[in-house]
Amino acid sequence: MEETIKEIVDENQEYVINMGPQHPSTHGVLRLVVSLKGETVKNVEPHIGYVHRGIEKMCESITYPQIIHLTDRMDYLSAHINNEAVCLNVEKALEVDIPDRIKVIRTIMSELTRIQSHQLFWATFGMDLGGLTCFFYGLRDREKVLDIFEETCGSRMIVSYNCPGGLMYDIHPNFQKRVKDFINYFRKILPEYDQLLTGNVIFQERTRGIGRLSLEDAISYGVTGPAARASGFSCDVRKHEPYSAYDRVKFNEVLFNEGDTFHRYLARIEEMRESMNIIDQLIDNIPEGPFAVKMKPVIKLPEGEYYQRVETARGELGVYIISDGNKNPYRIKFRSPCFSNLSVLNLISKDFKIADLVAIGGSLDLVIPEIDR
Amino acid sequence: MKKEEFRDNESLELLKESGSNVLLTTVNDVINWGRKNSLWPLTFATSCCGIEMMATGAPRHDFARFGMEVYRASPRQADVIVVAGTIVNKMAPVLKRLYDQMSEPKYVVAMGACAISGGPFFLNSYSVVKGVEHIIPVDVYVPGCPPRPEALLYGMIQLQRKIETESIKSRRRRNASHDVK
Amino acid sequence: MDKVHLGDIIKSLDSDIEIKEGKQFTEINIPASNLYTLAKQLRENHETSFDFLICITGVDYGQDLGVVYHLRSIRHNHTIVLKTRISDRENPQLDSVADIWRTAEFHEREIFDLLGIKFTNHPDLRRFFLKRSYGFPLRKDFVDDINIVTK
Repeated sequence: MEETIKEIVDENQEYVINMGPQHPSTHGVLRLVVSLKGETVKNVEPHIGYVHRGIEKMCESITYPQIIHLTDRMDYLSAHINNEAVCLNVEKALEVDIPDRIKVIRTIMSELTRIQSHQLFWATFGMDLGGLTCFFYGLRDREKVLDIFEETCGSRMIVSYNCPGGLMYDIHPNFQKRVKDFINYFRKILPEYDQLLTGNVIFQERTRGIGRLSLEDAISYGVTGPAARASGFSCDVRKHEPYSAYDRVKFNEVLFNEGDTFHRYLARIEEMRESMNIIDQLIDNIPEGPFAVKMKPVIKLPEGEYYQRVETARGELGVYIISDGNKNPYRIKFRSPCFSNLSVLNLISKDFKIADLVAIGGSLDLVIPEIDR
Repeated sequence: MKKEEFRDNESLELLKESGSNVLLTTVNDVINWGRKNSLWPLTFATSCCGIEMMATGAPRHDFARFGMEVYRASPRQADVIVVAGTIVNKMAPVLKRLYDQMSEPKYVVAMGACAISGGPFFLNSYSVVKGVEHIIPVDVYVPGCPPRPEALLYGMIQLQRKIETESIKSRRRRNASHDVK
Repeated sequence: MDKVHLGDIIKSLDSDIEIKEGKQFTEINIPASNLYTLAKQLRENHETSFDFLICITGVDYGQDLGVVYHLRSIRHNHTIVLKTRISDRENPQLDSVADIWRTAEFHEREIFDLLGIKFTNHPDLRRFFLKRSYGFPLRKDFVDDINIVTK
């Protein structure tokens, strides 16, 4: 009897399951075809394209200010930073001088966007691992940042506040006070987050030593952002090629050496602290001046190729424009950070359990519409 | 919003008046009351509107006070599917399969401009489905890009009022129309 | 390392190339058949050591198709652009650099999906975003009357 059972249940067989496009913990429409041996993951194959809207082809028929509304929706959690990339590229190509006030306001809004994105990461990461309280705490505090956006920019998440030449409107008179109040409030709340999740024994067991990514692999697979900085790869665009007002603020680049899930998580928490330091240095001295430079009604870039990179909450976003002198770009390409971050998922989840796959996928912080564009 | 201004939806009031016969009215009312006050949504979020749907479930604008207590990940246990986000040609068969797997009575809310008509991706895009009504029948449309959480709550309350006006006869007709292949 | 010195070193690796100074980076034009050897040398040479591939872009220039590689060196902190053109529109082929930089696997699959350029020696060349029988949307002569709505 035992021999017949052993024959039927072949333990060395690989079993293929599908974590389909609609799944509570894949953070969007990502399909993972997972080959398992028992409960150990042997191979993960991602299938994407379930939100492919053809943005790059669409941009070839619209003008440069209209591209802002499409890049907003690409990575909606760092919408402001995406817009800044396209605006900086256009302004660099036209050699327009941007006044200081615009640079400082853009930097403050970028850092608020980064804090808001990492708050959502913390909320959903905790929820994926089972701690539903994190979802409620994280989103409660995120609403305060969205209130600031709503008062100044008009909309909560999809803000089209940047435009080539500056900003759409000036900041609201309440802006400085609200930002300062938020920073004071959030500085007291962050130790609460640490108490809830970072020091929790179950959380540490589930994330320490899981999904190690070495430095050579991070460079070879093109990983950027907090996921790479946790492996020791110093790739922060704000330090290497400063843009806007980043050359006049002092902040630390958050680097760790271990490269496992816990340190990818910790890198983002520390980045929130650094963002608050940056805002502190800038919020009191916003220089006076115009909030937009007068541009021509129809923007035409001179012929040539232009590349601009910025640091979004997920990594390095690159915008590559090939222009032939018309008012529409000839070819525009977005080098999205999540696209390269996804390629490393197969490598780092070999020989871990399937429950760890959820933790690893969550720690890479993928936003699927940015992969699919 | 004052209650008098809220009851300004004429078509719903007309539906309510043309009800069923006297014997079944109380039974109808009880069934509808039970159904509308505990609608459980399915977790289906494709892009940006998904984050606003999550924000509607968050502490500030709470979904759960209107009865949508739990988000169900399995379509067999859900009542309403809130299509939040852009639907593309590759995702359309998946959405249809999810809708077919839901059990009666089921409702559909199209949230956001992308689900209503393709939204900002209507022109010049080769792979976006121009409106989710090409695939599944929609009950309530919630406009916005993305709609505010308050707008989504208003849409869900309109859905509740629509359920209030259902009667056993009209439900059978409605279910039969879903089976058209 | 300044641009002139870098240009000289690269010219010594392969003499078939054309070096041009773009507005931002040095641009190198190379025929498609020499691409793989030059890419391998650019990575392994100690003075250039381009170990980070930023992105690969596929372009349709009207008459021919082209592929643009942005390369960066982490150690020396310089960036160059490598360009190549393929004149065969019916059956374009190019050597894959996926074994030099592992990030090229996904990028080359995307270019195959949207432009139709086949990469030889790629470990897993399949379509990524679109269905198997769909055309190649990023080409300039792509027409789809059913799906695309224009004003």
